[in-house]
Amino acid sequence: MLLRYRGSEGMLAWAFHRISGVAIWLFVVVHVVDIYLVGGDPKAYDTILKVYASLPGRIGETLLGAALLYHALNGLRIITMDFWPALTVYHRQLWYASWIVFLAVGLPGAFLILKPAFGL
Amino acid sequence: MAFYTRSGRVRPQGGGLELAIWYLMRISGVALFVLALAHFSILHFLFDPANQTAQWITSQRWNSLFWRSFDWLLLMMVIFHSFMGVRTVVGDYIKGGWRTAVMSVLYLVAIVLFAIGTIVVMNLPVTLLSA
Repeated sequence: MLLRYRGSEGMLAWAFHRISGVAIWLFVVVHVVDIYLVGGDPKAYDTILKVYASLPGRIGETLLGAALLYHALNGLRIITMDFWPALTVYHRQLWYASWIVFLAVGLPGAFLILKPAFGL
Repeated sequence: MAFYTRSGRVRPQGGGLELAIWYLMRISGVALFVLALAHFSILHFLFDPANQTAQWITSQRWNSLFWRSFDWLLLMMVIFHSFMGVRTVVGDYIKGGWRTAVMSVLYLVAIVLFAIGTIVVMNLPVTLLSA
């Protein structure tokens, strides 16, 4: 269903938006709780922080950043078309444009997040 | 309408609460484009998460009314946007009594998260001494 339902860019954009949105929501639930521990139990927070700073943690944060950036760019595309329906004709081109921005911003970003794990 | 391909939810025609939520999702979405991307960029590109200990947050990051306000605004926007988004997803896949049950739990979790997030961002004492 994920790849065949209506096919093409519009449906993939929708599927990625939904998957990234649910993933970000899950992280927000965890993140609000871990920040609460800064006041509630600072030692427990510092222990959790070590997980975030580890290599698996950094890979997770890179994926979180990718989900966030995709969701933000595609969301802006949706909002633009909602309030300027004439642009909907170019929804495909807008989606590809959002991927160009995604790669241009995301690849250097991923490098910055991952490099401390490799001692850079 | 059939001509339009949208990846967002079609604007509700009935008005009322559903239309209000539809608009609020877009307003909070634009706000989060700035707030969430700025938050993620500052705390991953300008600072390294490895250094963001509880001590660093109390003595540096939240030693400023601006950043506390920024984070509280982000909290409000992200709780609303993410839980209303999940509400749409739940509505698409879960029906009947289960939907009521799941939504009740979701709203409860949203209220609790907003409460504990507000408590910590407003009440955490500033400690200027470094450990």
